[in-house]
Formats: sequence, C-alpha cells, structure tokens
Amino acid sequence: MKTLADLKKIREKAQEEMKLRNSQVRIKIVVGMGTSGIAMGAREVMKTFLEEISQRNLTDVLVTQTGEKGLSSMEPVVDVIEEGKPTVTYGNMTPEKVRKVVVEHIVNGRIVSDYVVATGK
Amino acid sequence: MSLKRIDLLICCGSGCVSAGALKIKEKISQTLEEKGLANEINIIETGCMGPCDLGPVMIVYPEGVFYQKVTVNDVPELVEEHFIKGRPVKRLMLKDEDKRVYTTKKEIPFYQKQVKVALTNCGYIDPDSLDEYIALGGYEALGNILTSMSPSEVIDIVQKSGLRGRGGGGFPTGMKWKLAAASKSDQKYIICNGDEGDPGAFMDRSLLEGDPHRVLEGMMIAAYAIGASNGFFYIRAEYPLAIKRIRHAIEQAKEAGLLGKNIFGSNFDFETEVRTGAGAFVCGEETALIHSIEGLRGHPSPKPPYPSDQGLWGKPTVVNNVETLANLPSIFTKGADWFASMGTEASKGTKVFALTGDVKNTGLVEVPMGITLREMIYEVGGGIVGDRDFKAVQLGGPSGGCLTKEHLDVPIDYESLKAKGAMMGSGGVIIMNDSKCMVNVAKFFLEFTVEESCGKCPPCRIGLKQMLTIMERITSGNGVEGDIEELIRLGETIKQLSLCGLGQTAPNPVLSTIRYFREEYEAHIKNKSCATCVCPDLMHFLIDRDKCTGCSLCARKCPVQCISGSREEKYTINQLKCTKCGNCKEVCAFKAVKSIPGMHPELRQAREQEKLQLNQE
Repeated sequence: MKTLADLKKIREKAQEEMKLRNSQVRIKIVVGMGTSGIAMGAREVMKTFLEEISQRNLTDVLVTQTGEKGLSSMEPVVDVIEEGKPTVTYGNMTPEKVRKVVVEHIVNGRIVSDYVVATGK
Repeated sequence: MSLKRIDLLICCGSGCVSAGALKIKEKISQTLEEKGLANEINIIETGCMGPCDLGPVMIVYPEGVFYQKVTVNDVPELVEEHFIKGRPVKRLMLKDEDKRVYTTKKEIPFYQKQVKVALTNCGYIDPDSLDEYIALGGYEALGNILTSMSPSEVIDIVQKSGLRGRGGGGFPTGMKWKLAAASKSDQKYIICNGDEGDPGAFMDRSLLEGDPHRVLEGMMIAAYAIGASNGFFYIRAEYPLAIKRIRHAIEQAKEAGLLGKNIFGSNFDFETEVRTGAGAFVCGEETALIHSIEGLRGHPSPKPPYPSDQGLWGKPTVVNNVETLANLPSIFTKGADWFASMGTEASKGTKVFALTGDVKNTGLVEVPMGITLREMIYEVGGGIVGDRDFKAVQLGGPSGGCLTKEHLDVPIDYESLKAKGAMMGSGGVIIMNDSKCMVNVAKFFLEFTVEESCGKCPPCRIGLKQMLTIMERITSGNGVEGDIEELIRLGETIKQLSLCGLGQTAPNPVLSTIRYFREEYEAHIKNKSCATCVCPDLMHFLIDRDKCTGCSLCARKCPVQCISGSREEKYTINQLKCTKCGNCKEVCAFKAVKSIPGMHPELRQAREQEKLQLNQE
C-alpha cells in the first residue's frame, strides 16, 4: 500500500466483507426457514440466493432468514423487501426460480409476477 | 465476496473470556460444522463490548440481536433456532425488572448515554483483522495527514480539539507535542503508555485488545507531528492478549507497507516495537517508564528536564496514554470542531471508564466529558446492586479519592473532580454501597501504594508505611486521639515532598475519606465501632435469645468453641474468645445471630486492662 487510492481499494473490498454488520442495504431477501420451509428445500433456495448475489457482486443486497411464514402450502416462501416499495412474496421457490428472480427482480427491478403469491404494504 | 449470511460477533474481552466465551465459540464452531453451516456463518472474536457483568455476550448480524449470559448448553438451541430457522432466542436476550426484552444492542439503556470515540470499533470488529479496521475508515486519517499536512498543522488541529492526556494528569496533548517538536535532535521517540496499573482499571487493556490498529495509527500520527521515526509500546506483562494483539497489528501494518520507509509515498519513515513491563505500578509514571525501556531500574527522575527535551536515551520523547492515541484518528477524520463540541469548557471529548463495584452494569463505558456522576452511575451503570444505598465512588484508583452522595451532580471533568479531592485518573471507577467501610477502603489503597512505592523518596517510602501503621491501628481498635491529625500531617508532607506522581497522590484516598467521612474515622477511634461491621475488631456477634431455638448448630460449627449453652438456656458467645469468623451467622437457620457494630464492652474492658498491665510493667 503506497497511496491513498490503494487504501481506498482495500477499504471498498473490506466493507463488502462486513456488509452484514451494516444495516444500509437496498434490498433485503428474507427466506422463510420454518420446519415446513426447510422440508420443502428452503435451504437450497437460500444457498442459491447467496451464490447468485455473490457472483453478481450485488453489494447492497442482503439475504437473511425468518421463521414460519404461515404459507405452508407454498413453501419455500421468500420475501423481497425494498425500501419504500411494497414487499413482494414469492412462493414455491426452487433454485431455478431463484436465478430468474435475481436477474429480473433484484437486478432489473421487474417483479416476476408468475411466482408472486402476495404483495404486502 | 463471501457467501456468509450471518456475522456472529462474540465478545472476547477479558471479562467474557473468563466467563467462558472461548468455550462457547468452540462449541458453536463444532455445532455449525456438524450441521454443515460452517461456510454460511462468520464467527468473529471482538474486543470488549462493554457490559462485562452480562458476559459472555454476543451479537448476531444482520439483525443485530444481542445475547447475554450465554452458556455452552445454550449453543445447540441457538444454532437450531436462530441460525437455521431464523428465530432469535428470546430466552437469551436481556430483560429488565419489568420483563421488558431488549432485542438489539441499540435498545439497551447501558449504551444509550454512551458516546464511543476511542471505543468506536471495540466490540464491533475483529481486532486481528487489518481489513476490518480499514473498512471502517482506518488509516485514512494517517494517509491524509502524510500526503497533505505539515507536522505543525497536525499539532494545531490537536490543540484546537482540546484533547488532554487520558492517563490521569490531563496535560494538553497538543502542547506536549509542540514542546517535543520544537526540540532539535537527530532522533526522537514516541512511546505509548500501556502500563495500566490501577486496581479495577481495564480501559487501556480493552482498547489494545479490541482495536489495536487504532492505537497504532494514533501513535503514527503523533510520531509524524513531533518528528519521531521510532516508537515503543510499553505494555505490562500481565496483559498477554493485549501484547499479542498489538504485535500482530504491527506485523500486519509492516506487511501492508503502513510501517517502514516512505509511508503513503511520503518521506515519513516509522518503526515501532513492543516492550513489556514487569508490573511495577510506578512504571506508569513517564520518567520511570522511560528508564524501564532503557533497561534501567524503574525509578522516576526529577523534571525538568522534561521528556520532551531529554527523554528516552536522552532524546526528545513524547509519552502518550493508549486512550489519548486512540482518540487521534477520529479527531482527524471528523475534525477538531466535532471533537471540541463534546465535553466542557476545559475538558473536551469523551472519556472511557471501567465501572466496577456495587453497580448493576459493571463494564467498560465511554461517556462525554461533563456528564454527571449521577448519570454515569444510575443511567449508564443502572444504579446500585440489590436494595442497598449508594455511599461513595472512588475515582482515579490509588491516586484518586472518594466522593459521596452530595457530589453526585458534579460533572466529570478534570477540574471539577480535582476541586472535590478526587481526580479523573486513568478511568477506574469503583462504586460502593452502604455496606462498605471507608476507613477500610482507604487502607486497601494505602496497602497498594506502600507495596508499589519504588523507594526512591523517603517521604513516600517511609511516610506511607507510617500512615499504613496508623490505619491498621485504627481498624484493629487501637486507634488513639490525634491519629486523624497525624494522618493529615503525614499525607500533606508526602504529597509535597515526593518526586513523582505516585507519591504526590498516594495519600489521596486517606485524605479524601477523612475529608468526607471523618465521623467514620472518629467512630473507629473513639467509640471503637465500625458502623458497617467490616472491621472485625470493631464489631461483635450476638445471639438473639428470642430467635435462638437451641439447635446447637452454631456451637458445633464454631472453630474456636466459644459458643456454649443448651436447648433450654439457649446459646451465647464468649466475646473474649470469638475470632469473628462469622460461621455462626452463616449456619444459623433462624437468623438468630446478629452483627452488631462496636467492640463488645467485655472485650474493650479486657483490652484496656491488658494495656494498663503492660504500662505498669
């Protein structure tokens, strides 16, 4: 490290590694991880989200989890929460569908209405 | 970028480690491994998070859930519920008396009055990671200074910020630097004083353990300002983790090119190393510390010459406390005005304190200067433990003094505390409830300073010992008229005639307790009575005949067989034989044994007769 620019580069990379501790994110993806969700493959769904987001270097997207969401017949269920927009709930998710949601919704901002089971306030 | 979805921050400050944090960490790693979650969850060992009595504590991000008093047995539930199913475990969260649950750290009252400057990153980052420090703006201040500021501009900013030494004396940091910068020499030194020796103090320790790079960056800023190319961390050997962490930080900085030649492409070169102290309290005094680094005996020497003219190996030297250095990076990233906006007229910024004693939230806190003792004890500290009343607060360790109830609204700043007979000190705060005997407390600190006096100046070496003899006499029931006056006379003399800060301040605990609790001293001497029943010679045990059932348990448990009686007559204590061990009180199931202040009249008479006899002989 010889210049301030070098320091800045390291800082940006390191901030990325620490973003879980920083609550300033654009989109939060919440995977329902109750018993039924896990039984229907929520873990795979979450893993795919993590992989896709990491590959695309989406620094302002956070993947987290929650418990049973009550929509057992549509598990795995995923909420996409964006500041200032209604929460979008996707149901019956699979790794394949996840990839599509990431490309369409998370990156391009187009909701994949085929998979949507509810939109909240 | 990592695939991690959870950052688990486990506090590995000394308090939590001794409460078992490392075992918990191991168990969590093992459980995560078993469940196949190891690459989704980041386990980070941080420095002290502050609320030590809640330890072991941990925080789980992104939600920021705060868990307290976690045990190894809680780990399976924590992993299963929170990490797999995403349901935070309420049972392990902090609750107050009204059963209110605090989910995140921000909500907890302990943190609300606090303002973290020196401790910003402590408990939030991995102290072994240079990257995490950089992520939070680390080394930016240094980089900007080296590429765009002259040393005199740096000194100006520190003077403008109003930063004063956090080790106790409160000397303006900018002034100290200015003097050293003005000294002409081929070689200058910067020393970080990490020889924290006050009983109950762990501020510097936590900083060095929790955010070593911040202290290192602060040292480099100071070095640039005064023109030093060499630095020393002087840390006591009793702090092995602090030493390990700072050594590791130095290694990392060297590897990254932050130490060595032409730092940030400037012509500033800097090297630093760690020297360990052998645990002598006097080595916290700067001239003694310098001699210790030189390999000589840790004795203070007269000032002038001040270290800024002739310090380490005769070269201009600045000795700054750990916390002082840790404030510097923030002053330069956020500005001198920001720093000066906190605190009082003459005391700017914040101060780190180690709260200990009879307070609910013991731990490490950082509060703005000028906050009152009441706010610190009752709002940050959560008030007094149990149903007891607040009696006194001891500030500044063995050099400081006790303050009482009437001082609760005194603002915490250098001048106000000094005017009341206490001092800021390095930041040790011992809070005492009404079960504490102030004479005994003063004796404890005096024992400490007698032990730690280096012996160079006779007033300190001999005088403190004389004071201790009188204190021992008073607490064992042999105090005589005139003892208080003699203590004051000795104390004042020692303060005036000692060379270094140790001797100049060592009588303070005795003098301040005499000032505010003189009636306790008088009761000890004249009435042979210790109101709190702490001094064994000045109290006695009595068995309440109405409550005694004659079960004989106390008599059987008495190690000196001084309790006799029967079921009908009930039991009584032979006061002349009693050793005040308290066993009888402890074992009595009917609470019939009472502690009564004052020497028992029988014993008092016996002692006086003994004395008379001795005099006649």
